[in-house]
Amino acid sequence: MNSVKTKSHEPLIRVVKKPEMPTSKAVILRIASFVLAIAVGGLFILAIGHNPFEVYKEMIMGCFRSKIALQGTVKIIVPLLITSLGVTLAYKMKFWNIGAEGQMLMGGIFASYFALFQSDMPHWALLTVSFLAGCIGGAIWGIIPAFFKVKFGTNETLFTLMLNYIALYVIDFLRHETWRDPGARGFPKIASFASNARIGAVFDLQGGWVISLIMVVAVFVLLKYTKFGYEISVVGESQPTARYAGMNVKKVVILTMALSGAICGSAGMIKAMGSDYTLTLGLADGVGFTAIIVAWLAQLNPFVILLITVFFSIIEKGSGVIQSTFNISVFTSDVLQGIILFFIIASEFFTRYSFAFRKGGKSK
Amino acid sequence: MDDKMSVPYAIQCKGITKTFGPVVANDNIELTVKSGEILALLGENGSGKTTLMNMLSGIYHPDTGSIFVRGNEVSITSPKDSQNLGIGMIHQHFKLVDVFSAKDNIVAGTKTDKRLSGKKLSEKIKEISRKYGLEIDPDKKTYNMSVSEKQTVEILKVLYRGADILILDEPTAVLTPQETDRLFDILRNMKENGCAVIIITHKLNEVMAISDRVTILRKGKSVATVNTAETNVQELTELMVGRKVSLEIDRPEVEQTENLFEVHHLMVKNDEGYYALNDISFNLNGGEILGVAGVAGSGQKELCEAIAGLIPADKGAVLYKKENIIGKSPAEIIKMGISMSFIPEDRLGMGLVASMGMTENMMLKTYKNTKSPFIDKKPSRELALKLIDQLEIVTPGVNTPVSRLSGGNVQKVLLGREIESNPNLLITAYPVRGLDINSSYTIYHLLNEQKKKGVAVLYIGEDLDVLLELCDRIMVLCHGEITGIVNSNEVTKEEIGLMMAGEKKAGKDGAKA
Repeated sequence: MNSVKTKSHEPLIRVVKKPEMPTSKAVILRIASFVLAIAVGGLFILAIGHNPFEVYKEMIMGCFRSKIALQGTVKIIVPLLITSLGVTLAYKMKFWNIGAEGQMLMGGIFASYFALFQSDMPHWALLTVSFLAGCIGGAIWGIIPAFFKVKFGTNETLFTLMLNYIALYVIDFLRHETWRDPGARGFPKIASFASNARIGAVFDLQGGWVISLIMVVAVFVLLKYTKFGYEISVVGESQPTARYAGMNVKKVVILTMALSGAICGSAGMIKAMGSDYTLTLGLADGVGFTAIIVAWLAQLNPFVILLITVFFSIIEKGSGVIQSTFNISVFTSDVLQGIILFFIIASEFFTRYSFAFRKGGKSK
Repeated sequence: MDDKMSVPYAIQCKGITKTFGPVVANDNIELTVKSGEILALLGENGSGKTTLMNMLSGIYHPDTGSIFVRGNEVSITSPKDSQNLGIGMIHQHFKLVDVFSAKDNIVAGTKTDKRLSGKKLSEKIKEISRKYGLEIDPDKKTYNMSVSEKQTVEILKVLYRGADILILDEPTAVLTPQETDRLFDILRNMKENGCAVIIITHKLNEVMAISDRVTILRKGKSVATVNTAETNVQELTELMVGRKVSLEIDRPEVEQTENLFEVHHLMVKNDEGYYALNDISFNLNGGEILGVAGVAGSGQKELCEAIAGLIPADKGAVLYKKENIIGKSPAEIIKMGISMSFIPEDRLGMGLVASMGMTENMMLKTYKNTKSPFIDKKPSRELALKLIDQLEIVTPGVNTPVSRLSGGNVQKVLLGREIESNPNLLITAYPVRGLDINSSYTIYHLLNEQKKKGVAVLYIGEDLDVLLELCDRIMVLCHGEITGIVNSNEVTKEEIGLMMAGEKKAGKDGAKA
């Protein structure tokens, strides 16, 4: 004891909490970080030997320049948008649903049953029934982890993750066994849907866009103006408070996850019947995970989700375009996405904290 | 750094400033403590006491200012540094391993003496214990210990590490008056053995009883340092609050309606499966404030939660206007006019939604009352504005998250909402915890207003002086049992203390009184 230190050892860099930032300033910071991300992404493009301005221009043009390009972009936007809205409900309740993939797949499976075997129904009836079936499929996949959570306190993150694989293997089973297309000469695949079971175009674009925009508004209204949305927020904030206020917490959790799953399931239905025209293992293709990033980047605001989805979709679609134009690998888009995410997440850190450096000449 | 005095201060803080964002927690603080002295650090919640002490124990680093220990300027960047300097901190919440024995807890984390054999170690601990008058069985397991024994282990832990500068953060909050006296004897022994002791508290009578000098913090500034012998409670309060305050709480006489609320043989199990409430029976009249006293964790929480329908009761009945409410859901109980403003340790934990504004918090219990699936925010906003006006709640606006309001304002929001629901029974637990004196008196006044309207109030409190002044009767809980229900005019603080420790009212001390 009594080993007295006489030297000053203030750390070189410390993290200091900042005062609450006004919204306008936070928005400027986020825009600045976005611009910076584009600039650093540009340096990366430059480093692999291309002109960043041309590449960026081509990415954007490639998404919108023709009817076909636009149709392709919308096909990427719609499932991502709907799924992001779906997980938003769960996250508002602090239910860590990472099972949007599985919920999409189940929605796709339920809808495909009608698309494959009941395709002689009238077109609109078939679409409506398939849509509802998709919702039910997703809802079941959402209710299962919610039920076990409220009943036995299971971990929803692991549970929903595992359900993703189960859903995936159900499709694998169906394409090998029950729903195997006999016309595919032994190749394990599910038959393409009849044209009656395909979602048509509205203003030349896949009809799903109408549904997805309605959902943006619906989720916004639900969260902001309804009693159920209020209950979701209170349960997410504190379950003891919700119970104290007389809410039935278990019911709210199960209903919310049913709705979250149903929305994700409908995304699966729309993707299968609007873009793929069949049921494949690639139905969800990571959309359920990208949706998590979109939802959180948008801070669970449905309108911001729309904006971010469009942006992500441009990168996704644009990377395919630059691949063919400039012969750049598709993985470039992953790198660009990574750079942008890095900067945006860092900007969130800087809205709340800053670094303080040791003042020089203070040590004695 | 030579001082005029020949002996340097054990600790001297010069111009310490620490900010957290816009909040200046410590502003140019001056503090000194000598060896062989007990210094009380007095201040209301949020005045910067804990921040200052955390800088001495190496948890934070000051923005500016210097700390001298025994005359040498030091920079304390980690708890280890602090320990090496001989500074020992006893936190409000004990940091002990439950399954360890006293001695294992004492040596845990020290590098030397790891291989000290059990017997020798016990000897060494006993030696320290004797020196300072501490009593502990080195082999007793922590889970078998009472709160005061655990505190003793905490003190031994820092002494064993060679600390001769001790900092105690609100050490009496969890103790009965008798245990507090014992702790004070130990602190006096330490002082005689040349230790420097800093005791953080906001209880004035304790300051008067134990300290040699008092340093008073107000809003992050050290406003004064006075010799305890030359001051009095009134002066200290004024220094702490910044202006004159009356320390009287009224207790209006009100006509009571008999047995508005009755509890019969209530038994409630806690999470671990044993009885947190064991055969509790009492009645509560309209127009009466019934105080509940007891050491923390004596069953207060379970009592509140059982009445509000949040946890199931095992046996017994709770009658409200002669109707049993056991088995009803919280929603049904709210509808009957039982309002619980239960404030757990983290004030925002149960009554309010931290991230929501006042408006949305106002409708927490009433949002269901309309038929439409949409929420109607208008009445809630009006109510919020009315409360801001009536209770002088300081907030930037009705939509500012309540988590950003100060403790006193949060409490007013919560209590205001409960009172506006026109309850017949109001249950309030620790409603003044963490509040400054002025806000506390506002809350007492609000409760008295309710009493005058004929509401039955169950007040779960900590400060026995307040309980004695405010409440008509006091019920004392110990280990989930009632050890007595007494008229507050006919009882002393010491008697309540004994009941808190488990002595029944009918026992020998009751008879003597």
